[in-house]
Amino acid sequence: MSVKTPSRLEKILDSGQLAVTSECGPPRGSDPEAITKKAKMIRNYVDAINITDNQTSVTRLCSLAACIHLKLMGIEPTLQMVVRDRNRIALQSDILGAASFDIHNILCLSGDHQKFGDCPQGQNVFDIDSMQLIQTVRHMRDEGKFLGGDDIQRPPQMFVGAAANPFADPFEIRVPRLAKKVAAGAEFIQTQCIYNLDKFELWMKQARDRGLHEKIYILAGVTPFKSVGMAKYMKNRVPGMDVPDDVVKRMAGVPKEKQPEEGIAICVETIQRLKECEGVRGFHIMAIEWEEKVPEIVERSGLYPRPRD
Amino acid sequence: MIIAEKKPIEEVIEMVKDFRKILIVGCNECVTVCEAGGKREVAVLASSLRMYFMNQGKDTQIDEVTLERQCDREYLEEIRNRIEQYDVVISLACGVGVQFLAETYSRFPVYPGVNTCFMGVTEERGVWSERCQGCGQCILGSTGGICPISRCAKRLLNGPCGGSTKGKCEISKDLDCAWQLIIDRLKELDRLDEYEQIAPIKDWSTERAGGPRRVVREDVRQ
Ligand code: SF4
Repeated sequence: MSVKTPSRLEKILDSGQLAVTSECGPPRGSDPEAITKKAKMIRNYVDAINITDNQTSVTRLCSLAACIHLKLMGIEPTLQMVVRDRNRIALQSDILGAASFDIHNILCLSGDHQKFGDCPQGQNVFDIDSMQLIQTVRHMRDEGKFLGGDDIQRPPQMFVGAAANPFADPFEIRVPRLAKKVAAGAEFIQTQCIYNLDKFELWMKQARDRGLHEKIYILAGVTPFKSVGMAKYMKNRVPGMDVPDDVVKRMAGVPKEKQPEEGIAICVETIQRLKECEGVRGFHIMAIEWEEKVPEIVERSGLYPRPRD
Repeated sequence: MIIAEKKPIEEVIEMVKDFRKILIVGCNECVTVCEAGGKREVAVLASSLRMYFMNQGKDTQIDEVTLERQCDREYLEEIRNRIEQYDVVISLACGVGVQFLAETYSRFPVYPGVNTCFMGVTEERGVWSERCQGCGQCILGSTGGICPISRCAKRLLNGPCGGSTKGKCEISKDLDCAWQLIIDRLKELDRLDEYEQIAPIKDWSTERAGGPRRVVREDVRQ
């Protein structure tokens, strides 16, 4: 793999250092401080910050505008883009909009079904799927052309990422699916939150058996539990999430006021164990509305300080 | 076939309550099979309406007829002589039949008596499910005979998404994940290696997106 874009995240990964990314959900309103405040808390502890795109289909301030706020603060954003809400015209147009602000990372996603959000009666688009969005960004970047075939003046220069969920079913196609994303042109992966480490390591092994770890940078996704209630919710309510019973038990085994601490401890231990897993090239810390804990997690995991330019 | 569901009687009453001479027209095709608009449902609706108007103390005439099809002019012609005596028509055909009836007898108000739902199959009596959305460019050959456009909640051509759990779709535990079905079928056919072929971006111009569609066949045209 060689560096193809001005992305800092790509440069760090290419240098062989473990990368650290995190994410912020934009507010349900237009106050930019909701983003800038979170970003300030974590900026020195991560290499790039993802901005989610109307996650769980709940209407929020748009990912692109929030990314621009980060960019203006000198922070490297990763634009998350779902194919649920926009057709190929709007997707390409937003990619160019992001490129005009020199946003250099993009994460291509399907997006949760709108049923889960605040507009369950709305239409969905799904003109192209996440695999095809990866192809679209690579096509725009590498060929310098629109899907329609015309030339793009000043094509986007984006490091192209995708999500992978090692825990969704059917398990047997999870690695073939990763291979498919590599073939489509994905350059980095941020995984679903990992709680079942054995299963994750099995998935990584199967990926290594096919040499995929040398074709794509895999960032292991982690999310600290705040409480046993959150652990149970993630286990039972969030589709495609695998929270083993012993993890829930461990959270339940400590008094309520100690649970946040336990959640952080589990998260740090996960990172420490996965640092040893061949093919894991970094971590994606999704501290959902708990961004203030990211610095502590990064420090305790031995991932601080972050590389400087 | 086309699957439809009966409209609630209150909704039908609301549409026709100011009329006095009502003709209810059923259809002997799909809506008969899915028990929404055949001869029997016409009779049931007619007696419900008669009861309603009687309770209101209103004198009305409600007649019933069920045509072989409402999507063919030939059969619609069968009511040309008698339609004059009514001031409203309720069609229990699918939306296609309702429109063709209204188009044929444009001087008469025509109201729908069913909600047209989808193209699907009878899984068992009383259970129907969707199989096709008529995208105009069939891809079943590469998906093991299972259509992700009509059966995946995100119509993913390169699924499954990360929400597929234990064979079920992320939107409902009662709904099979289409991509689980596709993968199972490819495995059964010993064609799982095909899973790794990336389905190209689809041309949706043959679908609804391309505007109202028409098929013209010069070879069979008269
Ligand atoms: S779970 Fe399966 S059927 Fe449901 S949206 Fe995802 S891929 Fe489609």
